[in-house]
Amino acid sequence: MTDAYIVGVDMIKFGRFPDKTVPQIGAQAALMALDDCGLTIQDMQALYCGNLGQASGMVGQRMLQEIGQTGMPVVNVANACATGATAFREAWASVKAGLYDCVLAVGVEQMGKGLLGGAGAKVGIPKEGLLGSGTMPAVFAEAGMEHARKYGTTFEQFAKVSVKNHHHSTLNPKAMYQIETPLDEVMGAEMISYPNTKLMCSVNVDGSAAAVICSEKKAKELGLMSRAIKVRASVLASDPWQERDLVMPDVNSCTRKAAAEAYEMAGVGPDDINLIELHDCFATAEILHYENLGICKDGEAGRLIDEGEVALGGRIPVNVSGGLLSKGHPLGATGIANIYEVSTHLRGEAGSRQVEGAKMGLTHVIGLGSACAIHVLEKAS
Amino acid sequence: MSDKPLAAVPYLKIPEGADPYLEGHKCGNCGATFLGERDVCSKCGARDQMSAVTLPNTGKLYSYSIVYRSFPGIEVPYISAIVDLDDGTAIKGNLINIEPDPENIAFDMPVEVVYDDALGRKDADGNAYLSYFFQPAASA
Repeated sequence: MTDAYIVGVDMIKFGRFPDKTVPQIGAQAALMALDDCGLTIQDMQALYCGNLGQASGMVGQRMLQEIGQTGMPVVNVANACATGATAFREAWASVKAGLYDCVLAVGVEQMGKGLLGGAGAKVGIPKEGLLGSGTMPAVFAEAGMEHARKYGTTFEQFAKVSVKNHHHSTLNPKAMYQIETPLDEVMGAEMISYPNTKLMCSVNVDGSAAAVICSEKKAKELGLMSRAIKVRASVLASDPWQERDLVMPDVNSCTRKAAAEAYEMAGVGPDDINLIELHDCFATAEILHYENLGICKDGEAGRLIDEGEVALGGRIPVNVSGGLLSKGHPLGATGIANIYEVSTHLRGEAGSRQVEGAKMGLTHVIGLGSACAIHVLEKAS
Repeated sequence: MSDKPLAAVPYLKIPEGADPYLEGHKCGNCGATFLGERDVCSKCGARDQMSAVTLPNTGKLYSYSIVYRSFPGIEVPYISAIVDLDDGTAIKGNLINIEPDPENIAFDMPVEVVYDDALGRKDADGNAYLSYFFQPAASA
């Protein structure tokens, strides 16, 4: 099988664009990714388009109606918060399989403000606040408290994740926010679901990101190898059965399974990874994934955040983009936006937030339900 | 409209002339227990091995969150709790009759299942509902 390379990748600055349509927002990133590699929509052989909010709305086709109706096959993808990464992976798989040698993956989302999860009842009575909470801040708080019960992880340690990621975002002009949030401010913010305060919840924003993926032969023909990023591993996992997972979504087993398979596919280990963009939908979640992704031993995640190992300049910087907590989390776009971030560092183009000497990076997203996608990326040699 | 309260969830059973109880379905092949009826085990994939079991009314607190922000009309704060019942079945619900403060809430604290009106909630037809809650065990 051929190797697959990202030759063009970009994202729009995340924000709120109520006057634009979902296809218009997606089209912006698609054109930016095409411009990043100097190709046109006519060069694309297929489109894989991730969007959650309009999953039945043919967003990919409507996007092509904005930027070029070539008649190419379009696959619309929805996979919770792993939507963008799943679209990317389908694009990658089509190139790996030799079906196409130049394809486009787009992730896009337009979101309202406010709580996600805990939908109302279609029959009977609403269960929210009666049988616990199905809101996302509460669900991820419960997952964090499971870590607390095992290892004594503290509210303060969870809060430090948010301090770090908000700090990182001050260096990222494409983040929704560029605002420092000191520890006392994070811990003193409105409590949403203990231990997640408002500043420990990801930001609902509109956004899009896109990538052009080529076979090795095609990338060389086009003279695009100098900035190309090799996809060393692409893995998707669903939630393996766990004793509590039907009442308490288990983001850990799913991530561990995907991580083990990704490291095996790439032929590398966690020590070979120079930076990670992981799914910090809530501050509690990031702590869990340090261990799930194997960058520390079980029970050491609190120490990692305390000692700054996961901050820019540390041993293995995590979420240098600002993460979902501050860059923002447009559900369907997030999985490609974090591929953009890692690719930008591997190209040495990340400006003031550049992870020096980054050669290999990992991206991770998890969608409840559950879907986990992990990609291992490396600068083409 | 029913003259008696309906069950808030299908796995809460309200037998005539007896106490309400929670019902699980246990796999005869691997022993996994699930809330609600099903024909196939999602742990081992066995078919037609599921049988109804009455779940115990006691367990221990596994994890929780104190919810301060919910949807409009939902009274806060409340404790969203994951409880491991004594037979190992995991179940989610509100932990009540305890101050919603992390200082007061201990992992593995013994809890009991109690049954009460579903916080006054009624469906579109005006039916009242019976639900289940967790509270600190009387012996604790």
